[in-house]
Amino acid sequence: DCLFLLVYRLHGRYHEMAPNVVPMDYTKDPDVKLPMQLIINMPELKENPFKERIVESFSEDGEGSLSFNDFVDMFSVLSEMAPRELKAIYAFKIYDFNTDNFICKADLEKTLNKLTREELTAEEITLVCEKVIEEADMDGDGKLGFADFENMISKAPDFLRYYFKKK
Amino acid sequence: EDKEEDDGKEEDNGSQQNRASRRKNYQRKNRDGKKVREEGSRKKDRGKTAPTKDQKESENKGKKTTKRGKEAENKQNKDRKNSTSSASSNSSDEESLSEEELAMLKEQVEQKKKLISTMRNKPWRMVKKLSVLREAQDFVEKFEGALGKGKGKKLYAYKMMMAKKWVKFKRDFENFKTQCIPWEMKIKEVESHFGSSVASYFIFLRWMYGVNLVLFGLIFGLVIIPEILMGMPYGSLPRKTVPRAEQATAMDFSVLWDFEGYIKYSALFYGYYNNQRTIGWLKYRLPMAYFMVGISIFGYSLMVVIRSMARNANESTADGDDDNFIFSWKMFTSWDYLIGNPETADNKFASITTSFKESIVDEQESNKDENIHLRRFLRVLANVLIICCLCGSGYLIYFVVKRSQTFSKMQNVGWYERNEVEIVMSLLGMFCPPLFETIAALENYHPRIGLKWQLGRIFALFLGNLYTFLLALMDDVNEKLAEEDVVKNITHWTLLGHHNSSAGNDSTVTPPPLDPADVPRGPCWETTVGIEFVRLTVSDILVTYITILVGDFIRACFVRFVNYCWCWDLEAGFPSYAEFDISGNVLGLVFNQGMIWMGSFYAPGLVGINVLRLLTSMYFQCWAVMTSNVPHERVFKASKSNNFYMGLLLLILFLSLLPVAYTIMSLPPSFDCGPFSGKKRMYDVIQETIELDFPLFVAKIFSYLANPGLIIPAILLMVLTIYYLNAVSKAYQRANAELKKKMQMQREEEKNKRNNKVSTNPMLQDLEDLFTPSTKTENTPKQAEDKKIESPNGSSPVRKPGRGEVLAGSPMAGGRGAAFSPPPQVLVTQPRTLGIRAPYPGQPRPWGHPLGPLPGRARGQPRY
Repeated sequence: DCLFLLVYRLHGRYHEMAPNVVPMDYTKDPDVKLPMQLIINMPELKENPFKERIVESFSEDGEGSLSFNDFVDMFSVLSEMAPRELKAIYAFKIYDFNTDNFICKADLEKTLNKLTREELTAEEITLVCEKVIEEADMDGDGKLGFADFENMISKAPDFLRYYFKKK
Repeated sequence: EDKEEDDGKEEDNGSQQNRASRRKNYQRKNRDGKKVREEGSRKKDRGKTAPTKDQKESENKGKKTTKRGKEAENKQNKDRKNSTSSASSNSSDEESLSEEELAMLKEQVEQKKKLISTMRNKPWRMVKKLSVLREAQDFVEKFEGALGKGKGKKLYAYKMMMAKKWVKFKRDFENFKTQCIPWEMKIKEVESHFGSSVASYFIFLRWMYGVNLVLFGLIFGLVIIPEILMGMPYGSLPRKTVPRAEQATAMDFSVLWDFEGYIKYSALFYGYYNNQRTIGWLKYRLPMAYFMVGISIFGYSLMVVIRSMARNANESTADGDDDNFIFSWKMFTSWDYLIGNPETADNKFASITTSFKESIVDEQESNKDENIHLRRFLRVLANVLIICCLCGSGYLIYFVVKRSQTFSKMQNVGWYERNEVEIVMSLLGMFCPPLFETIAALENYHPRIGLKWQLGRIFALFLGNLYTFLLALMDDVNEKLAEEDVVKNITHWTLLGHHNSSAGNDSTVTPPPLDPADVPRGPCWETTVGIEFVRLTVSDILVTYITILVGDFIRACFVRFVNYCWCWDLEAGFPSYAEFDISGNVLGLVFNQGMIWMGSFYAPGLVGINVLRLLTSMYFQCWAVMTSNVPHERVFKASKSNNFYMGLLLLILFLSLLPVAYTIMSLPPSFDCGPFSGKKRMYDVIQETIELDFPLFVAKIFSYLANPGLIIPAILLMVLTIYYLNAVSKAYQRANAELKKKMQMQREEEKNKRNNKVSTNPMLQDLEDLFTPSTKTENTPKQAEDKKIESPNGSSPVRKPGRGEVLAGSPMAGGRGAAFSPPPQVLVTQPRTLGIRAPYPGQPRPWGHPLGPLPGRARGQPRY
């Protein structure tokens, strides 16, 4: 059935990245993890400025290596079928660089630098970060919590369009 | 089997500690009580008292069962087989359940089903998802049989598949639609590097191309092609033949380049058309068609310009209120996750940077605080200076034109005297725009507004250009009209003489007809005007292209390569690279279009030339921009609508309508060329058609309609309607602004409320802690367990202490309700109360681990 095929295909992708490490047979539940370096070189992620963060936020150990389960997880969230709320949660995690469950100014600066390839001047970066906080920070604590983030992102018109990914 | 089942239930217990699970507890207890299974009940007690421990256990279990769980997910059917035995073993128990309990069970099954269907929406680790899924599936499998409904899975799978297909189809269709828009990718590429203001020129150019294609279709389909197919062939009439004197050189390139010779006597120009009422076997009324097409070109252009202006205005007001999160959205949603190609990614990076810069410029502009008096003074000064410039150049043009009129009367004037007007005009066009730009620097407007001012000023300057051109043309036409009277007589006498001579020689033989090339003919001022316009258009094309080639491309090459061996830094210093000149290009396009509108009546082929021009210009300019221009220093966002460009276009359209209407209404057409020859006025063709081809009463109605007594009231009525509609739209605008203000205020209020909530919440929480002291003790070990990013339950961002309070939509109601509700032990012993209490805030989604704020959930959870 269709779901099974999908997982099978995903496993194929996972296997082909490191054929000698990943077994074809998962019945014995092997504890296999692939390092981040392999994952971020997938064509789907290669050009993404946040690829390291994406992989990190899906890896269970937080170090960036993905087990097959995490791998399936990642694709299911990035697939276009995943609902908006779920995407918002993971987007929040991805943008939360220092994993303190808030998007603070440092996170924003990192995001901005990755998005623009550091082509903005320091003042421009400060201005943009301040504006973002000013716009989206509803509770006035100077950083974005998940509630702020979700409130902001749910009003974005093209969030869904941009935040999914081809299989 | 049974034991495992119990474990599964415990998992459930641990992970879903809310009302519904408690009710299930009770349910299970009830059932177990019937079964009298000591062990099971003991375990359950443990589950109730120490949920955290259970949780750990369940996690371990989950890890162990990963593989099996996966299988369960993949092949749900297999699981069914596994659990059938347990279902059958339990079935005897189920039968003894009372109706009430059955309903409850039903509800639970529904909830489990819902959980299964929304499983993919939960932010859990795959391991956990699998275990929960397996457990839920088992549950459903087991009890669904008891409740007598097992169908729906297939239907559900089918539905999911269809939904998926539908989404994919929609996306493909969107892609297809984008691909159908011509040059969309090219323009997007330009936009990503040069900003939306430069892209707006190209969008305008594309729009123009579309309009011109329609005009081209009208003229070619209804005038030129019928004439070529069905009209008299070349050489059959004097107007369709090159005169004898010119025939020797008619095919020379220099002659053709001036649009003389064979080109002049072709279907591209007015003079070629015959005044025969109907042509061909279709009885096609060509003169009528010519006239109607000439009118409808203006009609269509006016309609399309105004419609597009109205639509732009609509759009710009429709989504104008979404500017609360400009920067946030740019920051978090601008990356396109579908990009997998390095080149596209580069473009995307550039476009994101550009759009950030655009917004930064806007932001800086709005934050600018300066000496307002000085600024006002400088702006007034700049306007005075520019008005002086405009007046000066206006007078210069007037002076030069006057002089040229005296020159034209004199014989043997030099090259400079002959071309003085053109030289002065092009000098003005070359030096005034940069001068204006320099003066505009005094004003220090936002670049977008600055562009509008610049456009307006250069437009005013170019109007002088137009004026001189039209003036020269009118002189020409008047001269030709005078000449025509003379020629008319000559032609008449020549033809008469020819007939007489042949009649006198031999009356029996019909005289050989005079060769059409030998017939003396009038100057045909319409064709002259047409040729003038075509020449102007072609020279304009050439000048534009050469300017781009030299001024942009050669310059860029020079700066790029000579920079290696030059005294100063060419790239940063004096010549540097060219910027894309938006105002000049837009105005060039607008004035060119004016020429097309004016000229197309007298040179039907002109639209074809223009279509070619726009087509090549699109590719050429895109290439030139990408290769040899640099983005503006302050990349600024184009205004949402192109209405300023459209306004200029409308003005030009109106201005070009005037001379054409004048010539149609008040100049007599040439006697020997064109579709209207022999008539007093061109519009007589309509009267003729009505009289000859329509029944009498139509003519009568027409004459009534043309009566001023009817027209003046109609105009009055229209004016009144405009007034009324204007008033209505003003009222709507006011209401709109009011609503916007209200929304803004509401947003502020909400913000404030949230701020206050944070400050008051700790106090509230302390109060509640007094009532339920167990909260903290349970909460902390769990926090320790989920280290930093994620708890096993997954919804950690939602449930961090301190966040929950903000999240809960109505913390007062939810929190209090949870705090004062009876402890679970009481509920277990008193099931009826619970049943009544069912509709609690947390009730509708008891199984879900809600992602968003759910009343009563964030607080209520840790207590049990």
